[in-house]
Amino acid sequence: MVSDATLVYLALAVPLAGMFALIAASRWPALRDSLVVVTAVAMFGVVVQLLPRVLRGERPSASLIELFPGLEIAFLVEPLGMMFALLASGLWIITALYAIGYMRGARELHHTRFHVFFCIALFSATGIAFSSNMFSLFVFYEALTLSTYPLVAHKGNEAAKKGARTYLGLLLGTSVGLLLPAVIATWWLAGTLEFTPGGIMAGNVNPAIGGLLLVLFMYGIGKAALMPFHRWLPSAMVAPTPVSALLHAVAVVKAGVFTVLKVSVYLFGLDYLRELATTDIILYVAVFTLIAASLIAMQQDNLKARLAYSTVSQLSYIVTAAMLVSEFAALGGGMHIVMHAFGKITLFFCAGAIYVATKKTEISDMHGLGRRMPVTFAAFFIGALCVIGVPPTGGVWSKWHLFMGAYDSGHQLVVLALIVSTLLNIAYLLPPVVNAFLLPPKEGDQGGGIREAPLLCVVPLSLTALGCIALFVLAGPLAGLLRPYLAVSGGW
Amino acid sequence: MTEHLPALQVVIALTAAPLVMLLNRLPRLAWGVTLAACWATLAIALLLLLQVSDGGEIRYEMGGWAPPWGIEYRVDGANAWVLLIIGLVSAVVMPFARRSVEQEIPADRLGLFYSAFLLANAGLLGIAITNDAFNIFVFFEISALASYALIAMGRDRRAVLSSYQYLIMGTIGTTFLLIGIGFLYIMTGTLNLSDLATRLEGVTDTRTIRAAFGFIAVGISLKLALFPLHLWLPNAYSYAPSMVTVFLSATATKVAIYVLLRFVYTVFGFEFSFVELSMAWVLMPLALLGIVIPSLVAVFQDDVKRLLAYSSVAQVGYMILGISLASALGLMASTVHLFNHAITKAALFMAVGCLVYRLGGVSLSRVAGAAERMPWTMAAFVVAGLSLIGVPLTAGFVTKWHLLQAALMDGFWPVAALLLATSLIAAIYIWKVVEAAYFRAPPDDAREVREAPLSLLVPTWTLTAMTIIFGVWAQLPISAARNAAEALLGAPQPW
Repeated sequence: MVSDATLVYLALAVPLAGMFALIAASRWPALRDSLVVVTAVAMFGVVVQLLPRVLRGERPSASLIELFPGLEIAFLVEPLGMMFALLASGLWIITALYAIGYMRGARELHHTRFHVFFCIALFSATGIAFSSNMFSLFVFYEALTLSTYPLVAHKGNEAAKKGARTYLGLLLGTSVGLLLPAVIATWWLAGTLEFTPGGIMAGNVNPAIGGLLLVLFMYGIGKAALMPFHRWLPSAMVAPTPVSALLHAVAVVKAGVFTVLKVSVYLFGLDYLRELATTDIILYVAVFTLIAASLIAMQQDNLKARLAYSTVSQLSYIVTAAMLVSEFAALGGGMHIVMHAFGKITLFFCAGAIYVATKKTEISDMHGLGRRMPVTFAAFFIGALCVIGVPPTGGVWSKWHLFMGAYDSGHQLVVLALIVSTLLNIAYLLPPVVNAFLLPPKEGDQGGGIREAPLLCVVPLSLTALGCIALFVLAGPLAGLLRPYLAVSGGW
Repeated sequence: MTEHLPALQVVIALTAAPLVMLLNRLPRLAWGVTLAACWATLAIALLLLLQVSDGGEIRYEMGGWAPPWGIEYRVDGANAWVLLIIGLVSAVVMPFARRSVEQEIPADRLGLFYSAFLLANAGLLGIAITNDAFNIFVFFEISALASYALIAMGRDRRAVLSSYQYLIMGTIGTTFLLIGIGFLYIMTGTLNLSDLATRLEGVTDTRTIRAAFGFIAVGISLKLALFPLHLWLPNAYSYAPSMVTVFLSATATKVAIYVLLRFVYTVFGFEFSFVELSMAWVLMPLALLGIVIPSLVAVFQDDVKRLLAYSSVAQVGYMILGISLASALGLMASTVHLFNHAITKAALFMAVGCLVYRLGGVSLSRVAGAAERMPWTMAAFVVAGLSLIGVPLTAGFVTKWHLLQAALMDGFWPVAALLLATSLIAAIYIWKVVEAAYFRAPPDDAREVREAPLSLLVPTWTLTAMTIIFGVWAQLPISAARNAAEALLGAPQPW
């Protein structure tokens, strides 16, 4: 029996070890690429080992270093973090396969550097998932920003540099300018930064200051992309598609909303959040973001840009979930992390596959492509359904909980907004598929010789599409894993 | 032997100086002797720090003359800490110096250069270790005169002018200090700091003592480059030879801050300085202005060395801010920053020294594209830059954290907010350099350059690694800084 601490350290060490192995093997592309997959599989294998322990109610923990008394880099695996780590490491395996196919198919350069920073990003995401206190989380949060920066700037042309600069500027700016002060103030007022069920604020921080802190936290967590600090996400779309898929649909953005949930549930505590004057303000900012981003998404002709704005909108679902301060909604928010991850990564995989096969990036150029690339567009359809929240995909369950939560807490306006936004989702996600299958190709676009993308692209996107469907059935166990994070005693 | 360690701390460098001058014809040997002296100095500083780490103090009577007639050296937690900083920086900078100095200084003056360096070093050590007010003045002059010579040896002809500027300002500073010390002597008849402290008690309520305090405070503020008395610093640091900039930026202002602390806490006492004369209300606005304005000025500099020089003025502001909070925690934040800033800024200036060695200059246009050719140098710059900004897990963060706590403890919320805002400004000016080096194409007339030689890189990375090591395992500097603060306050604190 491996000890808890060893497993936690292993989960963090594997991607780093993989990184060094990659560097050593950089001269032999075949070996290097297979090492990427081996690293991803090994990491998932380690993370999975933790799952039964967490399900048994254990909380594997490890304390790495103590900077000074009370301020330490330490880990504790609780259900929400377990879920996030499983999600990131599991999807990494598929993305690794996809990335190999994509990077070769799209003739991108600097493969080793690309995979190396991918490893660091996954290491940082795992650190975020397992952090037992806000200080550790902050450190890994910044590491994730820094390690994904070279990935966004990967192409090295002017557009990539410009996008990357916005990316870094907004994420670092919000985190250092808003999040760090919030963390320090919390430490000062509450005397601890430990994630504690029920929160640490109640009784320590008066609600007026708590309200201010909430605003600092929610805007400081720039990765959750609340408007007006969402610009970094569309900017990040200059990155190669595997980066957009795993990092800007899963690891980075989900790290943001994951932090939002952690902060809401474990630092503020739902009961305390109810007392704050600003909770509703953030709630409506999130609702505004989810509608506004959907509207912007509708106007984007570039497929990846549309998906990016869709992500901005979907992230706000989760922030909304946290700010509704209902157990139902918070559970829905946790589930939505997974559901949206599967749906959106499928959509990005498809966008990448279309690019590799046809070099097309604009939706209006994709008319009629469905007949040439049936698998890709079928997967796109399933992914879209999952994001919209239609059976038989997993997306339906998280939305269900969200609706229930909004209804429960008496926010009728939010219920209405969720309905409108769902309609908008349909309006911007389904047309690309419909057009691709039903419309004839544009005149002059013979589409001669267009076939499905390489197998290494098509298989991963089929897998994640199947995952969307599987989650329809697996939502029960997922909710079972998550329930203890709300510290709700039985009953439901 | 061990009982003579306090004397040896100064004497080794002091006696090595003329010896090295005689070796002017044999530059390698001169360098070797200097190196040995610096390493011995570091070893002694470490031994002294260990001896006083339990809160005790070491007294040493020069030539066996009992104080207050003879000169007394006294080592406690505060000055042992400063001695260690000087010893450490000089010991690390010497291996760096060999090739850097050979390139920047004419071969026939190398011995003279090292001799002046040793004198500056001995002067700073002497200021820190002595318990005699007049002796402090003398050592101030020794180190200052040697520094003027060192700065004037810079390759740029403006070095001479900036050295002259420094000479004028420095002389005014030490003269003020001397006048203040004279007043104290008139009123008490003693020059021994501890003796002064006890004898002042009866006479503090006189105009003479208040005037003495003013003269001493202003004089030292000139030496430590407190805004707006900092005007000598940017030029001096920009035009001095690389090695001199590294050494002075890490030690000279720190020692002056120590002297200020010694006078404020040990001689005049907390009561007199902070309660009766409300010193905090003078220091805090100056500290805040000194943080904000030079930081903003740094953003608009084109020369990296000059940019870092302005950043040094801002960093002095942080140290003064900690003092102005007039709390044990604030004092401790300042004392820990003495060390953290010393290693951070020395590492940065060393990385700049590497750039100068290969590129010949460090204007942003010349640094452009350097990262590809000199990856290790620029990586060191980035890491040390992070520490300057105060990113978690670096030494700079340890300081910032404690400074923030100290500000919040007294309810200075706006000050805390300002601290965070200014670290963003630091991020901007560091980013400017990073962007030039990593993202801009090298100028068309760029020389073919290679990575800096190992003898430059190893010392640079030694200090760079320390900014990380002491950011992660912060207990060591923290406990030393607490010791220092306790020694100054004269009582154990409930941290």
